[in-house]
Amino acid sequence: MAENNASFVRHELIKEQVPPVSERGLVKWVRENLFSSPFNAIMTVLSLWVIYSIIAGSAPWFINGVWNASSVRECYDILDGVSGACFAVLKERFPQLIYGFKYPATEYWRPNITTLLLLVALAPVLFRKLPRQLLAFSIIYPFLAYWLIWGGTILVPVVAFLGFAAGVYCFRRFSTNAFALGVIVGVIVASIFWLFGGYLSEANETFLSLQAVPSRDMGGLMLNLLLGTIACSVSIPLGIFLALGRQSSMPIIKWICVVFIEFIRGVPLITLLFVANVILAFFFPPDTSIDLILRVIIMMTFFNSAYIAEVVRGGLAALPSGQYEAANSLGLDYAQSMRLIILPQALKISIPGIVNVSVGMLKDTTLVSIISMFDLVGMIRGPILSTSEWNGVYWELFGCAAAIFFVVCFSISKYSQWLERQLETSNR
Amino acid sequence: MNEQVKLTVSDEVAIGIQGMNKWFGSFHVLRDIDLTVNRGERIVVCGPSGSGKSTLIRCVNALEEHQSGQIIVDGTELTSDIKNVDKIRSEVGMLFQHFNLFPHLTILENCTLAQIWVRKIPQAEAEETAMHFLTKVKIPEQANKYPGQLSGGQQQRVAIARSLCMRPRIMLFDEPTSALDPEMIKEVLDTMIELAEDGMTMMVVTHEMGFARQVANRVIFMDEGQIVEQNEPKEFFNNPKSDRTKLFLSQILGH
Repeated sequence: MAENNASFVRHELIKEQVPPVSERGLVKWVRENLFSSPFNAIMTVLSLWVIYSIIAGSAPWFINGVWNASSVRECYDILDGVSGACFAVLKERFPQLIYGFKYPATEYWRPNITTLLLLVALAPVLFRKLPRQLLAFSIIYPFLAYWLIWGGTILVPVVAFLGFAAGVYCFRRFSTNAFALGVIVGVIVASIFWLFGGYLSEANETFLSLQAVPSRDMGGLMLNLLLGTIACSVSIPLGIFLALGRQSSMPIIKWICVVFIEFIRGVPLITLLFVANVILAFFFPPDTSIDLILRVIIMMTFFNSAYIAEVVRGGLAALPSGQYEAANSLGLDYAQSMRLIILPQALKISIPGIVNVSVGMLKDTTLVSIISMFDLVGMIRGPILSTSEWNGVYWELFGCAAAIFFVVCFSISKYSQWLERQLETSNR
Repeated sequence: MNEQVKLTVSDEVAIGIQGMNKWFGSFHVLRDIDLTVNRGERIVVCGPSGSGKSTLIRCVNALEEHQSGQIIVDGTELTSDIKNVDKIRSEVGMLFQHFNLFPHLTILENCTLAQIWVRKIPQAEAEETAMHFLTKVKIPEQANKYPGQLSGGQQQRVAIARSLCMRPRIMLFDEPTSALDPEMIKEVLDTMIELAEDGMTMMVVTHEMGFARQVANRVIFMDEGQIVEQNEPKEFFNNPKSDRTKLFLSQILGH
């Protein structure tokens, strides 16, 4: 260069150009992700070989699977020495896997409808865009579901619902003056309703009644979903209250919550279930019989809520104190600032944790097979595998159970990821 | 921006603090504070960091509890009675260093929330009020965005609008510009000057001495939890009496 001229002016802008082939589309993706270095290339080839051998090894087992047979002997005869699965057990014992072995076969439509309605009831809770009026059905649903599953006269859930509604109404009416007054009046009114309604429904046991099914006849996947759904839906609000209680400035409330959470978290679920099964009965008066399912639900709810409380506490701790101060300085009271400002943000942070705990809970419902309840796993281990027809068909049955749980849990986890994206408002 | 904002100050007492003390544990943060702010007055509180100036104004709306002495805001004494506290908080607006907007709500919802839940104003009317004040702070077009999408200066102006929506009689400012980039400080200060011109009673903790000169009736200098000097801005800046004030002023004005 003859001159070192610092001044420079561009008169024409350079046009945008298409990148070279190696930087476009599939070629770029393969090069960058699979063959970016010799080592990665070797690993890619190795992985492909492993994937191939797994598929090649297991495919015949699936493809040769026998779907029509009445026993494992017959399966082997049909297979005639070829490796293959005996899916016939799933087909033949399908009702047992889903409903347990005692639920009356003529009444299978009831759990089916209940499950369908569960989806309807969950929809407005899970998707904020749906019309809010649908929530009315979600509130009625638990009572309806009880009637459908357990049967008996419709008066029982109707009375329960009316008592609940009256209690909520009184609480709303009186809590504007004082929160405690609202709670007390609400509980008293609801109890009166339930007491008199109880006599009424006992007197009319046949009014609009479905065939009554006792709790001990519930089983199969239905039992898992029943336990899981109730335990999760009750324990999330309970866990939130426990987390708030743990932060309370009132020492008694605070210590009750701390002791509850720490005790429950410090004990394995299986011990709690044994307590529910055996020991809890000693604490009730001799002639009352609190149903085993109810006892198990209570224990699972406690267990789950203690964990959720800790997850929510983490969310609360992650909020900057400025949010509390801003809410206070605008004159919002405690309940308002929690409901409108603090919890929406804290819960958003806690979603992954809450889902994690709840998915774990759903899977842990299979533990009830240990206290001789016949849930999906209990059915497989007990009434199905112990029969001479299907003795030894482990892979097919447990594989099926695993697949069912995987589908449910994976959908929940996908939903939670979607929800997190929906709630993302900041561009941080 | 050198013209002093002129406004008449009434004799009515807006904030009266007498013999107020506060401790954080065993640390004596505020010592024997006596201060009277009349309606329409604009007080600037300055002092080195850790001098208790933020704590002082946070005591005025009970974000911090004082342990002895008396604070009377708008005729209501601040006690541990939660009803008084809520009443005072809804009459007193507060601005924070870090804005503290609610990130999960839109700008409009930030402004209407307290109106709807505390003042029980119908939503349509609350939105109208919110838009009025958002227009006043010159960002009505951002109403449907979320706080995270706005610049710091815009967020602080939203925070001002959010407070104004509650129609406060007193506004407290806790270092409203110290988290902002230099070019955004002016837009916030301009909004505050407008507020002063409307006759708002203001208590401002700030290091913006230009603002103090232009807007304040009185400048208060605090050090080690006590009021060291207070005077009209002209006297305060041109003729400080105490040595500590002189040292402080030379440090912040000297560069």
